[in-house]
Amino acid sequence: MSLLQIEGLGIDFGGLRAVNDVGFSLKPGEIVSVIGPNGAGKTTLFNMISGIYAPSRGRVVLDGEDVTRLPPHLLARRGLSRTFQNLQIFQSMTVLENAVAGHHLHDRGSVFADLLALPASRRRTRASEASARALLDRVGLGRACQQEAGSLSYGALKRLEIARALALKPRVLLLDEPAAGCNAVETEEIDHLIAQVADEGVSILLVEHDMKMVMRISNHIVVLDHGEKIAEGEPAAISRNARVIEAYLGAQATEVQNADG
Amino acid sequence: MIMRPSNKVVTLVILAAIILIAPIFFPSSYYFRVGSLIFVNGLAVTGLVILLGYAGQISLGHAGFVGIGAYACALAPVHLGLHPALAAILGAFLSAVIAFLVGRPILRLKGYYLAVASLGFGILVSMVLSNEAQLTGGPDGMPVPELGLRAGLKTIGIDLSNTEFWYALSGLVLVVGAWLALNLYDSSTGRALRALHGSEVAARTVGIDVAHYKLQAFIISAVYASVSGSLLALQNKFVTPDIAGFLHSIEMVTMAVLGGAGSVFGAILGGAILTTLPQVLTVFQEYEQLMLGLIMMLVMIFMREGLLPAIARRLRGRGE
Repeated sequence: MSLLQIEGLGIDFGGLRAVNDVGFSLKPGEIVSVIGPNGAGKTTLFNMISGIYAPSRGRVVLDGEDVTRLPPHLLARRGLSRTFQNLQIFQSMTVLENAVAGHHLHDRGSVFADLLALPASRRRTRASEASARALLDRVGLGRACQQEAGSLSYGALKRLEIARALALKPRVLLLDEPAAGCNAVETEEIDHLIAQVADEGVSILLVEHDMKMVMRISNHIVVLDHGEKIAEGEPAAISRNARVIEAYLGAQATEVQNADG
Repeated sequence: MIMRPSNKVVTLVILAAIILIAPIFFPSSYYFRVGSLIFVNGLAVTGLVILLGYAGQISLGHAGFVGIGAYACALAPVHLGLHPALAAILGAFLSAVIAFLVGRPILRLKGYYLAVASLGFGILVSMVLSNEAQLTGGPDGMPVPELGLRAGLKTIGIDLSNTEFWYALSGLVLVVGAWLALNLYDSSTGRALRALHGSEVAARTVGIDVAHYKLQAFIISAVYASVSGSLLALQNKFVTPDIAGFLHSIEMVTMAVLGGAGSVFGAILGGAILTTLPQVLTVFQEYEQLMLGLIMMLVMIFMREGLLPAIARRLRGRGE
């Protein structure tokens, strides 16, 4: 049984069909990658699934429940979280506070308890901080806890976003180019991290341009071009698909086949 | 490094110490009066820190809530027979309800749209207070009854002059207000507010109900403004619609931004400076307003994050 089901999803921007009739599904613990050239509609698709855009057509079904057009904070309550291609960090908060903020659904309580700093409120904050520190250690940011988030490098911010999204304890995690701007070592670390998270049963939907990484960790690949799905299947099949090579892989094809072989 | 856990304690200790020690140096009772005005303004500005500094939402109409708190103390004792202290609580409750009703539609707006809508609300309140002359005495204002607490203190042996009493009470309320605001900063609610300030879209994806939290910040800051208005009306024993006016709203936002909207202590400092500066600048006589405007412009140009954060940054920079 699939955990996340996308059916015929599409959106128009002022008469322009940005994405049309895209469908696929994710099983628990599965890593599905969405690839395609720039402007193919990958991020738009993510924005529809995560409730930031309201799709014009189609359905998003999470664990059997129709969640199409639910706002992001209600999707988060149902266990869907995401990161962003263009970083969305709480810049003026510390690294630790960013990760703690990800625990919002687990530590929110009465505003009066928060104003009066009642023991219950402080206990919730302490629990979130302990969990946040563990998550930051996991993404290699344990030492940066007290730094202002704005002072981190691009690669570190990418990992901070992942830690913040994991804080939600999601069932489905959408990662929009988690390795963009990272060096080879960082990419490998993110690669391991994603595989680990999937092993724990979290379904991962990934947009990524690093084809080596995509081919290595994906269970399933969906290819978009001009807002439409042109192919889907296992990595090996996708890397040999003539239409995919023409539309996207092109020059990368040799590289991909080498990685594949 | 950002100073954090000790921040709250340090702020409260410094604030309480200043309030307690300053009177030693007061040459006349006039200074108690200035002090209590600083505390009353500081309280309203502390509320704005929660809205502006934590949540990043502007309001140019908060004097409207100051007016509601002030007129509650003038009207409720006369018409409902309430004790003035209960009238202040009623005013705070009424402000919270009005903030809830007004905040829901206008907090959907962003940036200057929100600024203009909140401005409209402030103007509305001051218009009602001016025009309902039968009830409020119109632009001429109306008297406010004696709080009566000072007489009560006298019977238990604490004999304070009028200005001393208001200095002490306003100072006490300010410390409590600062304590609540600082508690909020490091709590789940405070983090939600600061998160939506940083990135609304990211806040929503971690499960923060952005509209709900903006509304909470608006209501809390309205209650601060209302209590500040009640204290002002009760110590002046008289109130006019100017208290709810546009200029007062602008003054409050300016105090917050000048001192540093993100920090409670900074905002209180901003309130202190803008309350005392006009008195100090009277030495420039007709150029007083000119000097005030010039100082505000210079601070914003050279210390954009506000006085206190800018000074703190410079001190830290030197220490390292």
